[in-house]
Amino acid sequence: MVPCDEAHHVCDKTQYKESSFWEKLKLHFHLMYCKACRKYTRNNKKLSSTIHKAKVECLDKKCKEAMKQEFEKALKDQLK
Amino acid sequence: MPEHQLNPNKWIDLYSDYLFNYTITRVNDRDIAQDLVQDTFLAGLKSMKNFKGEASERTWLISILKRKIIDHYRKINSNKGKAEVRITYSDDESEGDWLEERVADPFDKTAEDLMQNSELGDAIFECLSKLPEKQAQVFRMKTIEGYETEDICKELNINASNLWVIIHRARTAMASCLEENWF
Repeated sequence: MVPCDEAHHVCDKTQYKESSFWEKLKLHFHLMYCKACRKYTRNNKKLSSTIHKAKVECLDKKCKEAMKQEFEKALKDQLK
Repeated sequence: MPEHQLNPNKWIDLYSDYLFNYTITRVNDRDIAQDLVQDTFLAGLKSMKNFKGEASERTWLISILKRKIIDHYRKINSNKGKAEVRITYSDDESEGDWLEERVADPFDKTAEDLMQNSELGDAIFECLSKLPEKQAQVFRMKTIEGYETEDICKELNINASNLWVIIHRARTAMASCLEENWF
């Protein structure tokens, strides 16, 4: 029998397509009898699809570094 | 009694993604969006003494950004407005003469979708900002930026099981936050 925290873990990994076939199978059986984990899985999937739908944008690392450098310079100038 | 303090050293780490996402959905050009975000930080730096501490740091920065976005729109519209606009009212091929038929439907599905998605993006970043810094960072790198587990571990000097614990906590918090504020 799979404990709930292991089920959560596999569920999380599944969101990122990083769970194995066997892990998914074990999760599937766990979900058959565990209502709490069914709810967790439902909410977890909803979160993934919401983020995917939103197509949120981020700044890449290089860009942030460049911004930081420019900002730090301005910060120094301000303190002079 | 002012409740909030300003901490410029953390601005870019804490808010740059949030401000960028806010801008890109309204401006549609990555380079311009980046510039507007950077301008906002620099303007915030200059007007630090005007901060009264009533609003949060993020709310204050967003209000500066909003003004920058409006200024941007004014600039591009003033370049357009000078051109003459000519509308042909009658067209032999089409049936209707009424102007209403020729005006684009302002409530077409794509416009509505875009608007909702930009609000959804804002809600996601709002929830993200409520997470502890480490959780927010790991969640963002893995879920939004799509980094591989191995790379995140190397970058942040954590091991895979740390990562998954953090992801688990972050996802639980994000799911309940969105449940409260969006769904």
